[in-house]
Amino acid sequence: MIEFKLPSLGSDMDEGTLLEWKVGVGDTVKKGQVVAIVDTSKAAVDIESWQEGRVHQLIAGIGQTMSVGTVMALLLEAGETAPAEVGAGGTAPATAGPAAAIAAPAAASRRMVSPAARKHAEEKGVDLANITGTGPRGAVTLQDVEAAAATLQPTPQAAPVATKITDRAADMRKTIAAAMSRSKREIPHYYVAEDIPLAAALAWLQATNAQRPMNERLLPAVLLLKAVAIALKRYPELNGYWRQENDGGFVPSVAIHLGVAISLRQGGLIAPALLDADSKPLTLLMQELTDLVKRTRAGSLKSSEMSESTITVTNLGDQGSQAVFGVITPPQVALVGFGRVAERPWAENGELKVLPVVTASLSADHRVSDGHRGALFLRELSDLLQHPEDLDQ
Amino acid sequence: MNETEIRTTALTTLLSIAPEVEADELRGDRPLRNQVDLDSMDWLNFLLGLHEKLKVDIPEADYARLITLDDVVAYLQKKLGDA
Repeated sequence: MIEFKLPSLGSDMDEGTLLEWKVGVGDTVKKGQVVAIVDTSKAAVDIESWQEGRVHQLIAGIGQTMSVGTVMALLLEAGETAPAEVGAGGTAPATAGPAAAIAAPAAASRRMVSPAARKHAEEKGVDLANITGTGPRGAVTLQDVEAAAATLQPTPQAAPVATKITDRAADMRKTIAAAMSRSKREIPHYYVAEDIPLAAALAWLQATNAQRPMNERLLPAVLLLKAVAIALKRYPELNGYWRQENDGGFVPSVAIHLGVAISLRQGGLIAPALLDADSKPLTLLMQELTDLVKRTRAGSLKSSEMSESTITVTNLGDQGSQAVFGVITPPQVALVGFGRVAERPWAENGELKVLPVVTASLSADHRVSDGHRGALFLRELSDLLQHPEDLDQ
Repeated sequence: MNETEIRTTALTTLLSIAPEVEADELRGDRPLRNQVDLDSMDWLNFLLGLHEKLKVDIPEADYARLITLDDVVAYLQKKLGDA
């Protein structure tokens, strides 16, 4: 019997609330399949299964808030027979009883609502309690919310909705505060920075984009992300996790999954992962970044994207400050920051020029690496960005 | 398409990306990105949205000319007039 537990989706998550089951008793579950949607303090997240099996029992009820590690469901392994089926001579649908018994009170206490519908309801000021769901098992769908919004009177529900959004923002602030406090308490940070000329990278980007249709153009951020991913291959001590077990120690990661800090319009930020960023061509990376930003802001991320980042990259972009020195997200051991790309005076070979320049910074865990290696990493990053054509592989 | 229709399209596109924006409070002659929190991905999506709605190609080399909402409207009007 496989116990399907609520996974940790980052060090800042202690608990989650089940919003929706995406599978039913008797369904076959494959690796990577989304089986549930769980609300964290940051977002509604699609929870994937990393094991294969057949759903024997759904233990968690809709609306139930549970701690990380709580058993949410039981799955039968391939060839395994359900215990109750043995007792019934293998003829009865063994799980119907317990599953129904658990599902009934939960359904009565909390509505099943898709994340898109919940978000739309918040935006439109629609009270979900007043909607009759037309989806599977009475779930409230986006269409249900739209229909309800069309009949909504202008003002009465504005106050509670505003309060709800404020609560959510406050919850997220609290979560970020806890994670960042823990980071500063436990991780001895050091910081190094490097100004990187981007004339070659931006010229290459301009020439490349001139050949591309609008919807396939690349942003400078993609070049920066790819360069970070490739540079990390030579500096594995920056890519991985610090584990507390057995007196603590660093566990490097072979995979390079970049957590990309994405600010939310309502405040706060989430850093979901761009998986295997080192091995993807720029066009694919741009597509995945676009999709990731869109889904992050729509509140529709996968659990793997929330939990598998091996390092974080924060990019303040062209509206940001000159430089950023970030706080490491535990259990990661490093964070790379990029400030605003701007024209600055640049002295080289006795000459003064004006070039587009970005300040790259590294915040790293001194238990794992030293400033010297950190500085070399940034130099490697700078060198890679002088040959942008080599990044598109 | 006249100037008012183009401005309405531009605002609708902007609101689809930044729903918190109060369109009435936007100053057409002030830098748009000083008034609305748009990162580079938002800005790209804004221009892409205009491209899809108006069937106007906006070369990257022209991005630097699009600072204010008035710039955007005038640019699109000229492009549509030239088409």
